[in-house]
Amino acid sequence: MNNLNSWMQLALFVGVLLLITKPLGLFLMRVLDARGRTFLDPVLRPLERLTYKICGIDPAREHNWKQYTAAMLIFSLVAMVTTYALLRLQAALPLNPQKLPAWPEHLAFNTAASFMTNTNWQSYSPEATASYFTNMVALAAHNFFSAAIGIAIAAAVVRGVARQTMSTIGNFWVDLVRLTYYLLLPVCVVFALFLISQGMIQNFKPYDTASLTEPYTTQVQKTDDKGNPVNDAAGKPVMIDQKVDTQTIAEGPMASQVAIKMLGTNGGGFTNANAAHPFENPTPLSNFIQMLSIFAIGSALTYYLGRMVKHQRHGWAVWAAMTFLFLAGVFVLWRAEAAGNPIMTQLGVDPADGNMEGKEVRFGIFNSALFTTITTDASCGAVNCMHDSLTPLGGLVPLFNIHLGEIVFGGVGSGLYGMFVFIVLTVFICGLMVGRTPEYLGKKIEPYDVKMASLVILILAWDILGFSAWASVSNWGPPDPVTHAVTNGTNNNGPHGFSEILYAFSSTTGNNGSAFAGLSANTPWYNTTLAVSMLIGRIAMIIPIMAMAGAFARKKIVAESVGTFPVTGPLFATLLVGVILLVGALNFFPALALGPILEHFLMLTGKLF
Amino acid sequence: MAAKTHSIFDPAIITPAIGQSFVKLNPVTLAKNPVMFVTEVGAAITTAMLLVKGQGHFGFLIQIALWLWFTVLFANFAEAMAEGRGKAQADSLRKARTQTFANRIKGTGTESVAAEQLRKGDVVIVKAGEFIPGDGEIVEGAATVDESAITGESAPVVRESGGDRSAVTGGTRVLSDIIKIKITSNPGETFLDRMIGLVEGAKRQKTPNEIALTILLSALTVIFLVVLMALKAYGYYSTVDFTVPVLVALLVCLIPTTIGGLLSAIGIAGIDRLVQKNVLAMSGRAVEAAGDVDVLLLDKTGTITLGNRQATEFMPAPGVTEGELAEAAQLSSLADETPEGRSIVVLAKEKYGLRGREIHEMPDAAFVPFTAQTRMSGLDVGGASYRKGAAGAVRDWVGGRLPKEVEKHVEAIAGNGGTPLVVATKEKALGTIYLKDIVKGGLSERFERFRAMGIRTVMITGDNALTAAAIAKEAGVDSFLAQAKPEEKLALIRKEQEGGHLVAMTGDGTNDAPALAQADVGVAMNTGTQAAKEAGNMVDLDSNPTKLLEIVEIGKQLLITRGALTTFSIANDVAKYFAIIPAMLLGTFPAIAPLNVMHLKSPDSAILSAVIFNALIIIALIPLALRGVRFRPLGAARILQRNVLIYGVGGVIVPFIGIKLIDMLITMIGLI
Repeated sequence: MNNLNSWMQLALFVGVLLLITKPLGLFLMRVLDARGRTFLDPVLRPLERLTYKICGIDPAREHNWKQYTAAMLIFSLVAMVTTYALLRLQAALPLNPQKLPAWPEHLAFNTAASFMTNTNWQSYSPEATASYFTNMVALAAHNFFSAAIGIAIAAAVVRGVARQTMSTIGNFWVDLVRLTYYLLLPVCVVFALFLISQGMIQNFKPYDTASLTEPYTTQVQKTDDKGNPVNDAAGKPVMIDQKVDTQTIAEGPMASQVAIKMLGTNGGGFTNANAAHPFENPTPLSNFIQMLSIFAIGSALTYYLGRMVKHQRHGWAVWAAMTFLFLAGVFVLWRAEAAGNPIMTQLGVDPADGNMEGKEVRFGIFNSALFTTITTDASCGAVNCMHDSLTPLGGLVPLFNIHLGEIVFGGVGSGLYGMFVFIVLTVFICGLMVGRTPEYLGKKIEPYDVKMASLVILILAWDILGFSAWASVSNWGPPDPVTHAVTNGTNNNGPHGFSEILYAFSSTTGNNGSAFAGLSANTPWYNTTLAVSMLIGRIAMIIPIMAMAGAFARKKIVAESVGTFPVTGPLFATLLVGVILLVGALNFFPALALGPILEHFLMLTGKLF
Repeated sequence: MAAKTHSIFDPAIITPAIGQSFVKLNPVTLAKNPVMFVTEVGAAITTAMLLVKGQGHFGFLIQIALWLWFTVLFANFAEAMAEGRGKAQADSLRKARTQTFANRIKGTGTESVAAEQLRKGDVVIVKAGEFIPGDGEIVEGAATVDESAITGESAPVVRESGGDRSAVTGGTRVLSDIIKIKITSNPGETFLDRMIGLVEGAKRQKTPNEIALTILLSALTVIFLVVLMALKAYGYYSTVDFTVPVLVALLVCLIPTTIGGLLSAIGIAGIDRLVQKNVLAMSGRAVEAAGDVDVLLLDKTGTITLGNRQATEFMPAPGVTEGELAEAAQLSSLADETPEGRSIVVLAKEKYGLRGREIHEMPDAAFVPFTAQTRMSGLDVGGASYRKGAAGAVRDWVGGRLPKEVEKHVEAIAGNGGTPLVVATKEKALGTIYLKDIVKGGLSERFERFRAMGIRTVMITGDNALTAAAIAKEAGVDSFLAQAKPEEKLALIRKEQEGGHLVAMTGDGTNDAPALAQADVGVAMNTGTQAAKEAGNMVDLDSNPTKLLEIVEIGKQLLITRGALTTFSIANDVAKYFAIIPAMLLGTFPAIAPLNVMHLKSPDSAILSAVIFNALIIIALIPLALRGVRFRPLGAARILQRNVLIYGVGGVIVPFIGIKLIDMLITMIGLI
């Protein structure tokens, strides 16, 4: 950690993030105002009007929370079914130079749910499964829509907080259209061009083949004419030598896909290696800007919150709380990885290198630690290193980040509306201590609000703990290739294997999409349960949060005085951080104790998994 | 009739409370409190597990089971204590209030009953000299009634059956004749009844904030149930067999038993503290609203100033000594029985040693009373006429001119918010008396404290704006409403409420009733009309309007206590995890030992210590719950900082120490 260059990069990252927060926040103000004007109006206004005309949308008519949520759910459902159909029909659709086949039901369901919910959990290997058409139409479209929906929900919640004695919280269709046209599309066009300038590919070519400079030989199971694996009489697989002298290089329209994957905190890679792939993350600068783009909108939304509720200092207090949690995560993860694995050190590996297992040497310890923290603080899920290979305490950080609800800048929109729940809880628990019934920005916190906020926390805990508990006593993995025995799909034993299961359901519930990997999840049971946990993690969270937004909009604003619970300043930010950490720890400490924490102590006694 | 305050350790309350703790184990009533209900179920399961083999050794299990039962009992005890104290208060009030008797018509005769027992529709007979026992309507007869207690008007009024002068008000006195009154409302006892209901846990309605908190506590309980069930499954994966008693122990430690056990006691104790101040609240909600109030409407007279104006200074005209003026002023006021008149006599006596002569000592003296025409009063004695009155009236009386100095004094006094009275003989004006509202001592410091808490004070007065401004400045209130009529008071409350403020006020007259009803906290004076009492949500038995300030403080204290103990309770869980989780894993994974940061002796002692701590902390916090945390009049940020340090940070640290100490103790005495 005593690397000046890394510290400067961290300072630069936080500095640039801080710098873009206000301008982007102000731009969001205009985009999220149906009558807002932007410099893009001359080009996009006619398109916006045309869209309303074709779809029969009256932009002046606002929705109450039920209408807004219903519109969002119907839109999401239609989009999800469409994606499912496109995946199932992939073989018959164009732009498929590799002639990739149609997807099996459970995988198509899992993926449709995954992209609809902004999770981008990928049970499949993209370059071996998804055609260019699938990527661009079925998946990228979702990347835009799910991001826009997230921001729209956050905006509706902020409107609910800002308004008083009103029943409406905006028009879903207008928010969706304006966010897509004015924010996501223009930024992504510029972003994609930037990525191309860094060397990222953007084409429709079939995959290339290259000769290896160092050919090698490996052993694979023999297959018969039909491609089925062959076993000998004893049931053991027949192994044959295979010489490997060529490598397939994936091609495709990558830059356009990656831009929205990062900006929209979707995270679904164009390649299986995701942002560790040289095409998908070509330079240090592309790495830096990609990380920045994950946090950009989440950070700007805190400014939007402050501006909308006319309490800019509140927006900054939320920003500060997020930044604190972000930096805490970076430091723990960075330290754990830099310290490396003591067992490897005993075997003569230079401890100065830290734990380089599963890391791209181009990025090294620090940039891997930073990227991993960011991608799990936000619900992005793109990765530039192998989370499965992190040290136990290093792996604890992304896991716990997700357990906190991904409210550290968070997924676009979902970070803020998740944070809203924690703010309400903080105000409710600590607010009484000033001698008034709890209030947030002049809105009294009533039983209904507490009920909804509690429901969100309960669903978060139940979705992760319930499914991972079920999975940990089940065998949902693929059968053992050798013995055909049932497996739980984990790649490792002991607490590390448990972490793999826990991480999978944490990632899907949190709509993160990154994987600890190691878990062979492309099986009917895993695909289905993971998809269900994604849907619960998205929809079952949004509904109570929107109910709160509706309730808040109807409330009267109570005047502020020095007797009012302060929602600005260091004290509030500290309390918010405290409540977030406490709720996270109370819900997940036992699970973490049996996973990374136990693994850590076992590692210290010389045992690895 | 100040209610007696009871010591926390009063055996008269503790003994029945212990009995009640067991009665309250009834799961049907306990189900109202989800946290304690789950604890009781946990205790029952652990007890049942004593009969099942393979759950651990018996000595350990029975101790766990016992302490879980104690946890429930301690929580019940806290509630029973609060109820007991509340009931004791209510009883002493009831005794104090049964002094008014009524002659209720029963058949052909009458019976003497306490006023509190009268019900709507009863007919009573009231004779001259008796108090009217409740609001009602005269059905027979006519009488002169002294309504000064209500209206402040000392002249008796005639009330008779039929017509629109038939209504009489409780607390007023019949001066002549006999009347039959039909009682039209259930009298004061309703307040006591409601009050007693408020301190009885079983009947008590939860306030919105308590409901919200109960929802949060229940949600936490459900979450921990999920956590524990998941843990059992994780244990299966990790080849650790978590026994049921240990899981139940962890569950009970994690669910917020501390606040769950003390929540109702805190609410009851808050109402009880109000009763100690002789204030009856109609609902727990009103007490909470008192904490939220940020605008206080205070009537000038009685609240901010001492009842009436008093003479404070004699300002002589040129050529007149102060002594001469004082003597003339005293003479002119000798027969003046108004408080102002008497204050002039007193001032003359105190300042110039002029003995107040009695009017009968001067047989030739003739008293000239105040009339609306002359606007002066005075005395004619020995051919000389002494008058005092408003400057204009005296000016006319002395021939149209007052000396310049006198005019100046008059202007100056009026400009300072005082009332100038000019004293004159027939020949010339002698000087001016400065009548002033006397602001009660210590108020401006008190208002300063309220300002620090973000509470604004508004003075309501019938005076003109100039006078009001001067008094407002002296008293240190933030603003005032001058020349206020009841409608304007109501309008002001509505305006403040539209601006998002919560308003508290006191009132006594029937014309205050709409404003009392509109205010978020309306404190009716006990001497006030029934209408006022029905409209408000609190009644001050002492009829002391200044009490409003204390009511607000009690409301805030109640909320702070609830918040502080909630924070403390939740913060406690951190240490309990560190005690129990390593203990649960140590058997299978000795490597986890460093996580046992408290170095607890053994897994069994760790779990038992956490359970014991969890039970004992409830008992330890009962005094705090009943007394309330100490309240300081500070801004929200500073109060919050203090309380977060004490109850939040303290809540994390205290159990680490407590559990360690208990572990050392039980290891030492060999319980484990």
